Amino acid sequence: MTTQMAPESMYRSTEGLGIWEHRGKVAAVGIGHSPTARRWDGRAETSVGALSILALRKAIADAGVAPDQVDGLVLVPVTTTGAHWPADQPVPMDVVNAFNPTDDPLDGVGQLSAEWLLKNMPELTNVKFTMYAPGCMSAAIVVAAQAVGDGLASNCLVLKGWHNLEGRYNHGGISAADEVPGTFALSPGRTLWGAPGCYGTALQFAQYCTKYGKHHDMMAPFMQNSRRNGLLFPEGYWAQHRPEQLTPEDYLSSRWIAKPANLFDNDIPIMVAAAYLFTTADRAQDMAQKPVYILNHASSRGVARSITPTLEEVETETATTGRKIYEGAGITADDLSFENMYDGFAQFHQFHIEGLRYRGMQPGDALDFYQTDISIEGPNPILASGGNIGSGRSRFWMHTDCMQQIQGRAGARSLTGVKPEIAVSGGPMPMGGNFTVWSATPD
Amino acid sequence: MVKQGVVPDDLTRPFFEAANEGRLVVQACKGSERLYFPPRPASELGCSPDDLEWREVSGRGKIYNYCVVYDCPVATLKEDIPFNLAVIMLDEDPSLLMYSHLPGTAPDEVPVGASVRVIFEATANGQKVPEWEIVS
Repeated sequence: MTTQMAPESMYRSTEGLGIWEHRGKVAAVGIGHSPTARRWDGRAETSVGALSILALRKAIADAGVAPDQVDGLVLVPVTTTGAHWPADQPVPMDVVNAFNPTDDPLDGVGQLSAEWLLKNMPELTNVKFTMYAPGCMSAAIVVAAQAVGDGLASNCLVLKGWHNLEGRYNHGGISAADEVPGTFALSPGRTLWGAPGCYGTALQFAQYCTKYGKHHDMMAPFMQNSRRNGLLFPEGYWAQHRPEQLTPEDYLSSRWIAKPANLFDNDIPIMVAAAYLFTTADRAQDMAQKPVYILNHASSRGVARSITPTLEEVETETATTGRKIYEGAGITADDLSFENMYDGFAQFHQFHIEGLRYRGMQPGDALDFYQTDISIEGPNPILASGGNIGSGRSRFWMHTDCMQQIQGRAGARSLTGVKPEIAVSGGPMPMGGNFTVWSATPD
Repeated sequence: MVKQGVVPDDLTRPFFEAANEGRLVVQACKGSERLYFPPRPASELGCSPDDLEWREVSGRGKIYNYCVVYDCPVATLKEDIPFNLAVIMLDEDPSLLMYSHLPGTAPDEVPVGASVRVIFEATANGQKVPEWEIVS
């Protein structure tokens, strides 16, 4: 079985498409997470392959589905947090041979294929549909939801695994070269001018502060709230390994990376995997967990005009994304109980929620909003999951949290100031991401 | 600050040859009169290859905004941190942007919105690239 990358036709990326044709007919029922680690320690049982198998098995068990009832698998084949396996370093064969390998020894170590997973999960005897999604869980969710709605699979697993190797990513390779090709020198992002990864977002944030008269210090309550929520997320990195509350003083005294972005404005790369099980709304009634219905998915395909997206381009795109999200779900901003938009640079979360017009926000309002009660106990929760800032770089905490809150099993993180009925999650980038609307009911 | 050397390729050769001559050029589509930067193949611009040309611009612009880089991935620049990394809007089309270290401007003392003019700076292998200085 050859696995293809999902075609662009599976995404809802323009306005004017109307209500999603499968609104309320697809549901999430199972959740599975692996443990987290800061970096891979070289053992087979902690490889991204092993973590992914563990997450998949947990999601299947959580849903109460027999493995032979699973007929679909959507995953992201790229697993790197930014570090790639060094070309001159052999892949450890003891790890490769601890599993049923494919022709590519990096499978399960520095990437994932559907073939590798199915070879190593013999209990999945009836998977007829496999598909790849690019980037992160947000895209895989969209593809899986559309696939189940379209009838391509009935019980579909959705997977994202991450590996994190030793070393600082983006510091080797072309960054260490004496000469670079002309196209690279002038390309967006990393060039010979030395922009770190967070530069584009930090620049937009600098312009945001200039345009609206705001200041980096105003991010502190958001950062504190995100870490607090993350420490209440037992599946997360900080809760498992470093249960330290981030104080405003910690945040504001942290070293700069690209001022106005400091160390904590960047998320911490980790090893982790998560899986979900999606099914039809009808089948979901017979499963172990309360169904979380999907009302819509929407995608951003914004493209910058020049070398980096400007604030103005970002604001235009997030507003468009907000309209797409609501249009397909048949809801308005007033219907959102809470939000879980992406934060894997902390400084673009406000772009996402302003685009949503969450709690009536307009562009330039979010940092003032952060100075009010944004806790999970209040009426206006911000990033209930804590996101990447609260639990490490996975880009899926926000999705898990939406499901757990609506299912009533978010534990100590449970929202008490609002009744969790409809939520939105997604990302990553304000210009380029995939978003999902979750609901306690199908209508 | 010494930037990594640049080896022009087919797509960017006209840009870098002009830089060595002290001229700033960007791509232009004759049909639409639209300007483009960074360079891209005609097929990505919706412009007929016959209509795509390199056009000299004034070398004048304004500072959109900036960051101060303290943690730089590029080896040749690490000894220069902290340094300014600004984005310049070209006067001919402010949606066209170029990076600049703003030579001569102290870190974090950048006047956002100020007028700048292009200069050309040699990289490690002698190839020149555009840089920008504030017009006093």
